[in-house]
Amino acid sequence: MLDNLEILVQAPVITVDLVLNGLLLGAIFALAAYGMALVWGVMKIINIAQGEFVMLGGYVAIVMAGYGLHPLLAVPAAAILLFGLGWVLYYSVIFRIVDRDLFISILATFGISIVLQQLMNTVFGGDVQIADAQLGTVFLFDGFVSLAQVKLLAFALAALLGAILILFLKRSRLGQAIRATAQNARAARVLGIDTNRVYAATYGLNAALCGACGALVAMAYTIHPYIGLPYTVRSFMIVVVAGLGNIGGVIVAGLSLGAAENIAGFVFGAQYQLAFVFLLLVAVLVWRNWRLARKREYLK
Amino acid sequence: MLHYRTLAVAVMTTACLPVATALAQSNETIILGAAVSLTGKYTTNGEHTQRGYDLAVDKINKAGGVKVGDKTYMLEVKYYDDESTPARGAELAERLIQQDGVQFMLGPYSSGITKAVAPVTEKHKIPMVEANGASRSLFTNGWQYIFATLSTSEQYLTGALTLAAENADKLGKKPEEMTVALAFENDPFSQDVRAGVLDDMEKLGMKVVIDDQLPRELNDMAATLTKAKALKPDLLIVSGHSKGAATAVRQINEMKVNVPILAMTHCDSADVIGKFGEGAEYTLCATQWSPTLSYSDDLFGSAGDFATLFEETYGYAPPYQAAESAAAVQVFADAFTRAGELDPQKVRDALSETDMMTFYGQIKFDETGKNIAKPMALYQVLNGEYKVVSPSNFAETSAVVPRPSM
Amino acid sequence: MRNGAARLTGYLVLLAAGLAAPFLFPAYQSQMAELWLFIVFALTWDLIGGQMGYNSFGNVVFLGVGMYACALTQVGLFYDVSLYNQARGGGATIFTFDWQQYLEGLAVGLPVGAALAALTAAFLGSLVLGMRGQYFAICTLGLGIAAGEIANGWDWIGAGSGMVPPNAPDAIGNLARFYYYFAMVLAVLTFLVLRRLYATHFGLAINAIRDDEDKAESMGLRTTRIKVTAWIISAFFLGIAGGIMGNLKRFIDPVDTAFAGPTFGVWMVLMAILGGKGTLWGPVIGAIIFQVFKEVSWTYLLGWQRVALGLLIVLIVVFFPQGIMGFLRERFPARFGHRIESDSPAAVTQERAG
Repeated sequence: MLDNLEILVQAPVITVDLVLNGLLLGAIFALAAYGMALVWGVMKIINIAQGEFVMLGGYVAIVMAGYGLHPLLAVPAAAILLFGLGWVLYYSVIFRIVDRDLFISILATFGISIVLQQLMNTVFGGDVQIADAQLGTVFLFDGFVSLAQVKLLAFALAALLGAILILFLKRSRLGQAIRATAQNARAARVLGIDTNRVYAATYGLNAALCGACGALVAMAYTIHPYIGLPYTVRSFMIVVVAGLGNIGGVIVAGLSLGAAENIAGFVFGAQYQLAFVFLLLVAVLVWRNWRLARKREYLK
Repeated sequence: MLHYRTLAVAVMTTACLPVATALAQSNETIILGAAVSLTGKYTTNGEHTQRGYDLAVDKINKAGGVKVGDKTYMLEVKYYDDESTPARGAELAERLIQQDGVQFMLGPYSSGITKAVAPVTEKHKIPMVEANGASRSLFTNGWQYIFATLSTSEQYLTGALTLAAENADKLGKKPEEMTVALAFENDPFSQDVRAGVLDDMEKLGMKVVIDDQLPRELNDMAATLTKAKALKPDLLIVSGHSKGAATAVRQINEMKVNVPILAMTHCDSADVIGKFGEGAEYTLCATQWSPTLSYSDDLFGSAGDFATLFEETYGYAPPYQAAESAAAVQVFADAFTRAGELDPQKVRDALSETDMMTFYGQIKFDETGKNIAKPMALYQVLNGEYKVVSPSNFAETSAVVPRPSM
Repeated sequence: MRNGAARLTGYLVLLAAGLAAPFLFPAYQSQMAELWLFIVFALTWDLIGGQMGYNSFGNVVFLGVGMYACALTQVGLFYDVSLYNQARGGGATIFTFDWQQYLEGLAVGLPVGAALAALTAAFLGSLVLGMRGQYFAICTLGLGIAAGEIANGWDWIGAGSGMVPPNAPDAIGNLARFYYYFAMVLAVLTFLVLRRLYATHFGLAINAIRDDEDKAESMGLRTTRIKVTAWIISAFFLGIAGGIMGNLKRFIDPVDTAFAGPTFGVWMVLMAILGGKGTLWGPVIGAIIFQVFKEVSWTYLLGWQRVALGLLIVLIVVFFPQGIMGFLRERFPARFGHRIESDSPAAVTQERAG
């Protein structure tokens, strides 16, 4: 561990590389987390199948690449297909658990996630797959910092989608209905908003965002049927830090998580990278709780 | 009292449901038991294993079955799905032996699961011929009933290290001046390969500069590769099943990590050539077997014949996992015939005296049960094809070392 | 009186059936041993999740700690642990245990596992049990996975290569039967302790926390201390179960066996819900039905059993969240000692709210 720190000190340019690549990775996490922030904030549901939607989006890209189409086309295609899946899932399962204990939603979506994993395993096999976008790499500082173009592209897309999402929620009719429902579902219903449809749209939107994210993951990293969990838990982590329904916060939290985790992986060794992420999650929650407890004491 | 009754009913159901249709060794069939990975992370390799078994069973049955004493038997395999987890594998082995009355076991896929199954077969004194558990630790427990057709893990990359040492002068160095970066997945198989690599390195006097362990879920090894860029090792070794191989090749190209020698396991099952084309060039890959090797037997013919038959049946070229699995069935058939009866103890004794040639290579077990007669081979990706470059008696061509820089 | 006698007879019959089972169905011993452990899983989870209302996904931490602590003690009493776990690197050393060593290892190992698991619960509990609802659930989920990842990187305990508990000497006889009785005794003990516990003030206190924690606190209950104590009790039994589980499975994989969140971690929740959260017999019944379903689907739905399991989870939590005991209680309230008031479903809704 100390020798790793020494490398960082001797060649600070490596830190730049780690941070930049971490930010690019973080953008992908943020993209997967937008939807979770929405669904959690609006429907009071924690969607464990988040990572599986990402995985499905990845397979859309792989199938399209298999037909000779450019995998970038898969980003919108995956979004549309996954929106449909989200809609169907809402009307078959999710609508039954919307008003229930949050814990029920965790378990139910966990059930959905293992069904999806297994179906994909049956259809595509358990192997790692990638969709090659045929893009190069940008090198800075004599090649010490390398940024794959596809990751830069993913970063730009994640930022763009985040902006669109914020605008959509602020300006569009449906977006306003979603926000109204999030604030007070009963009042929204009284005012004539079909909250059921709003929920379905929210869940579909979440799936669509994850699908787009998955297509990018297939191009920049790898896809296999069991890849979901890391994306789900990172989404959690990001949303917990950012706060529910706070898209801007999700972007910042996502990017910082990516950078922090990359540096931790370098310093502590890659085997502790995931442990770091989860301990960070626990630490954030403990810290949040401690702050709340203090606030409570003041009130007394 | 209702709850007692409910409980009683439930207990009865537990007890009565699958009263095993005892698949005892009736009339003309010998049942071999196998728990392989049909779901979970080892699905693909589990399938290769199953297909290897099936192909050999089919071929043997078509050739008239196995002669045991004065009777002829057909072979049949009873499968369960271990979901790629060791705990499940052990449970299913127990079930095969106790409930299904299986008396001969074929191995599962992966060292971890074999490690979990071996104590069970040992306890019940059921001989197991396994083809996919390479871990050396399987053979240091004094177990009597496990036999492996494959070379053990510490030999996987010996060829690559030897090759590196032989070509040290091309890098302008002595072998003991060479530096090595290791990136190994944190699972039983890869960690065993790592132990073997460390042993070999000690013998050759090479120095480790990076020794990273990759978590099982990771699909990004940028941190390790950044380190490699800074420290410029002469040799980069990666092992992490197919996932590790694919991730490594992709990111090494993306980040232009210039290492003179790159060696890994599982390139062929990850299909690095198909996925990355030129990006995979000059990679050294450990393999148990190759269709171009000059082995042959009476059942399948030559290694090449096996490859053709496999491709005709399943539509893709056989990875070595399928070949070693098929060989495991052949070993059993051979032992049944030599034992002359189907007593597990007699069959075990016959197994321990196995000395046969197959399309997969020579098979001869030492007293711990591992195959000591067959060497590992080493491929190099050259012009989009896997070419055997080591050991020298099988080499199709000589290796290109160092890799031309990118 | 008559009721009491019948109850006692019922218990005795069940006990006798449990004792005889390995001889009646010798082929199913290891599955039945696992079933007893599952009963412990479900019971200990229900203490926290059902009775106290704190839905934990992190109880596998205690299972894993118990499993490793027990196996490490069993080895460490007689050999150098790091040497034992590094044996994967080759070397001809063969580690054997004679029956005295084996029993001694277990006699020390199981309590050490239990104690360490309880300590872990005390430490983690004081850290995270202040959280409410969803945050607690997620935090424990994180703890479970983090523990697995740490074990997976820790060389001394075997890291990703896993650890093999000591090989049993021949004198132990049938290992599955040997551990079947350990598991059975543990399950019965856990059941009796919890049954006794739920009848005390402590039982009432944790129910009060479930029903309304703020009120309970304002009534003067020291809720944090009670919650941590409950988690310690749960962890204690789970730690022993871990020690037995490791020896029963004979191979400890850090992520797939010890800290197995997506399997054991979720199953324990599922079993408790299936049988009926917050009841004494519910987790027991849930565990039995779950184990039967699991074994049958593994046999007859080759390759599709995980889909079946996923669908089962969805069906149970979506359509049957009150569980079997909850369902029975709704159908036959009189049998559960609820007075049926003239077509007012108050009692029932009250139960469901829990």
